[in-house]
Amino acid sequence: MRDERDDSADDVILHDHHHDGVDRRGFLKCMAWAGTGALYVMQGGVLKSYAMSALKGGSETAVASGELSFVQISDSHMGFNKAANQDVVGTLRAAVDKINALPVAPAFMLHTGDITHLSRPEEFDTVDQILKGASAKDVFFVPGEHDVLGDDGKQYLERYGKAAQGSGWYSFDAKGVHFIGLVNVMNLKAGGMGSLGPEQLEWLERDVKHRRSSTPIVVFAHIPLWTVYPEWGWGTEDSAQALSYLRKFGSVSVLNGHIHQIMQKVEGNVTFHTAASTAFPQPEPGKAASPGPMVVPAGELRGLLGITNAHYVKGKHALAVVDSSLE
Amino acid sequence: MRQKKDLLDLAVVTLLALLLSIAGSARADEAANPPGVAVKIDNFTFGPSTLVVARGTTVTWTNGDDIPHTIVATDKSFKSKVLDTDESFSYTFENPGTYPYFCSIHPHMTGEVMVK
Repeated sequence: MRDERDDSADDVILHDHHHDGVDRRGFLKCMAWAGTGALYVMQGGVLKSYAMSALKGGSETAVASGELSFVQISDSHMGFNKAANQDVVGTLRAAVDKINALPVAPAFMLHTGDITHLSRPEEFDTVDQILKGASAKDVFFVPGEHDVLGDDGKQYLERYGKAAQGSGWYSFDAKGVHFIGLVNVMNLKAGGMGSLGPEQLEWLERDVKHRRSSTPIVVFAHIPLWTVYPEWGWGTEDSAQALSYLRKFGSVSVLNGHIHQIMQKVEGNVTFHTAASTAFPQPEPGKAASPGPMVVPAGELRGLLGITNAHYVKGKHALAVVDSSLE
Repeated sequence: MRQKKDLLDLAVVTLLALLLSIAGSARADEAANPPGVAVKIDNFTFGPSTLVVARGTTVTWTNGDDIPHTIVATDKSFKSKVLDTDESFSYTFENPGTYPYFCSIHPHMTGEVMVK
């Protein structure tokens, strides 16, 4: 990854008012429209992410040598047909094409929710059908709030949660990395944000209790597990408790969707990422009257996608840096 | 054949008459009861977010967003189905009291109906 590192040299923290490693300038710079998917590579326990469109030329070798590579896609919103994108089938197919164009096939995919727009059976079917065309055959899902409409997630669980606990949480191991899929879109309380709930928190505590602290941890869930923007409900009320169980681990990576834009943040041992949507962009926090779908001029939608690289720098005090250039 | 068509015509006329009488009675009901009140959902906000209405008022919420929403009473006394764009939900408040509600998909969206 040649140029990204040079670009990142400019991203110093100027004012860290919240002592969270992110100043306002850095925060805004961290936000960028990203590809129709992101590729993650575990290297020495440190998760690095690359927007897929950036994977050409010399960077391919670095990716191929990763210990474990996988892909995250998010917010495909199958069934959405409003002005912000009237062809969510086409953009999801484009994401699959990008996955298939990778020099090394990823081991599997994570889908971080809002698979569908209205939880309709045909919407789930369409996504399943399109994802079958991807080189990575295994897909690990967590639900978004749009996937559990009307039936408290019954259909979602029947389709994707047969081996899961509770409302759909589970964990698995791949090449020494422990993956934890969490559900934070159920039983939401008035005035609140995303929620994990006591049962899931207890399960999480048990799930990680006896694991060695050297085990790299990847947590994935739909709504961000840090408070991005409470005014729009972009956060998870009880995420701090979940993260407290992960404190002993040297490397924790949290992958989320929901906000339809790439954002990154490092807090102690934890790196947070949010992925772009494959369906439509949403505004930056507070930059619009609402978090609703953002309409961009015709022809620019795909042009806004797939252009941002992101990587994580090893080290406790290093800020995760996103190259936010737009094509 | 001819007879069949006559029968069909008769059926259509009867249906029309029935529909007209239903429409007529609906109008009569409206005159007798307090008028309905509308709440519009725009930009993930209930407008107005606080309503004061008389007993027996029917409140109708309409979703103007490109994203689905729901109307759910905090005490679960009423609950809409998922409202896609331009879909509506109505509820008639028979008893005095304060009824806080929210969107169960986007719980930061809250509102309140006060029934006098």
